[in-house]
Amino acid sequence: MKKCDKVISVKDLTKKFGNFTAVDHITFDVQKGEIFGFLGANGAGKTTAMKMLCGLSRPSSGSATVANYDISTQGEEVKRHIGYMSQKFSLYEGLRVDENIKLFSTIYGMTDDMIKSASDRLYKSLNMEGMKKTLVKDLPVGWKQKLAFAVSTIHNPEVVFLDEPTGGVDPVTRRKFWELIYKASEEGMTVFVTTHYLDEAEYCNRVSIMVDGKISALDSPKALKEKFNVATMDEVFRIVAKDAIRED
Amino acid sequence: MAILGSLIKKEVLHIVRDPRTMVITILMPVVLLLLFGFAISTEVNDVRIAAVVDRHTDETRNLLEKIRVNHYFTFLGLTSENEVEYLLRSGKADAILILRTDETRLKGEIVADASNPTNAQSVATYIMGVINNGVSSSPVLTYTLYNPQMKSSYNFVPGIMGMIFILICAIMTSVSIVREKENGTMNLLLVSPIKPATIILGKLIPYFLLSCIILLIMMLISYTLLGLPVSVTIIDVVLVSLLYIVLSLSFGLLVSTIADSQLTALIGSAVILMLPVIMLSGMIFPIDNMPVFLQFISCVIPARWYIEAMRKLMIQQLDFSFIYQEIIILFSMTILLMSLSICKFYSSQKK
Repeated sequence: MKKCDKVISVKDLTKKFGNFTAVDHITFDVQKGEIFGFLGANGAGKTTAMKMLCGLSRPSSGSATVANYDISTQGEEVKRHIGYMSQKFSLYEGLRVDENIKLFSTIYGMTDDMIKSASDRLYKSLNMEGMKKTLVKDLPVGWKQKLAFAVSTIHNPEVVFLDEPTGGVDPVTRRKFWELIYKASEEGMTVFVTTHYLDEAEYCNRVSIMVDGKISALDSPKALKEKFNVATMDEVFRIVAKDAIRED
Repeated sequence: MAILGSLIKKEVLHIVRDPRTMVITILMPVVLLLLFGFAISTEVNDVRIAAVVDRHTDETRNLLEKIRVNHYFTFLGLTSENEVEYLLRSGKADAILILRTDETRLKGEIVADASNPTNAQSVATYIMGVINNGVSSSPVLTYTLYNPQMKSSYNFVPGIMGMIFILICAIMTSVSIVREKENGTMNLLLVSPIKPATIILGKLIPYFLLSCIILLIMMLISYTLLGLPVSVTIIDVVLVSLLYIVLSLSFGLLVSTIADSQLTALIGSAVILMLPVIMLSGMIFPIDNMPVFLQFISCVIPARWYIEAMRKLMIQQLDFSFIYQEIIILFSMTILLMSLSICKFYSSQKK
């Protein structure tokens, strides 16, 4: 992991819905090539924070840059340099595998030649050559998840945002999915991932734990475990989140 | 441009790969047109009529012959006076003509089965017409302009078109947008560098094209099978319909920005759009007969103005200058709805 520059830099980012402060002055940086885990109970504000970073939602106050573009003023540029995969499985189910790849790479402004080489690489690395013409809805869940990740990174973004990417997936498939994440990170892509599975938090370079809209802990899993003197991230989470007021 | 193209292609693939929706979309207009055109008809065909004649004269024979050759009637033959009630009650006859010759004057009586009052009235009027035709003294002459045979087969065409486009454009567009919201694919589009306007166009254009195909099918049926008179007004019909299609699409877009689930979108468009269109647009019930309050409401229903314009163009064969009022109203409604829904679309993305 190269510690050269900050790919995500967040300062006092806040989001209010009326009187309710969903995200309360959060500040953190993410380095290039890092796998950054973004944890928190339901309703802690992690999805809202992530949406602001992706340009799906406007901050009430504070600032942030993603890939060196300001999210408030350079939304278009931010969108060009990020990939996004959401909680729900997010590809067009009614389209074939190759059609999905073509659609999303066209959306990201890739030329036909680029699309061809990128999709060839994708089929090879995912071992999906025989499934090009399969409708996505007919793929097994594990394959869909892997394909969704590959499609969200097909334009080689600087950061990829993964919003609970492994929800509802069995442990073996989750393990395989994380192998893809590692591979992307090794190639220099920054991975920003929210998850509910605390064993997955162990795979991250650093994790932040959000409680009631604020970041209550931020460090590497190892340092956090040492700090709270426990053996697993699960216990860390319990200690940090025990004072949470908000519930679902 | 390439992006818009690929979005449109995606939408078309979705439409084409959902054969059920496709079949319903194409078949519904056809079935409705044929149903209203032929099956549900207010014109009375094939009236079964029997006659009671107390004394045969040249006059009565003449009259019965007229009924016998008239293709609107099926002449059941002569019957006796005490059979009359049985024939009507058992439904074997729709009307009985009783002819009495009193000295030398012929007196006619019509007994009609009025379990369906509209039918009975038409039947009675037909028979009177035939009788009066024979007797030279007919004081009142009724001319029905534009639709001389009182054919109802194409009277319904404007109404059905008004309904179908709201149905196809509004419901299909809103459901397809909301489905993307539900599936999460809308977020994928929104985090991508696509401009919101491109997303909207990528949704509207495919359904606009689909509506054009439906318009073509409906016009083919109307002008051939239903026998609508062909004239230069066809061009105006197409133009006004295209305007109305755009209006319906904007309606769909508006519904989709408000609704969160496909079900809400469906119920929303069905209740907000369908019922008023059927009840208040003048499609079935004449607007002039409504209470003033409802007449007032019907003014804000786009279908009312579209149907009125279509009646003038298709049935009265009037030219464009007679529908300025409708055009202006439809046009303003389109602009209003379009800007409203685009504003809502943008603001809902930028919360």
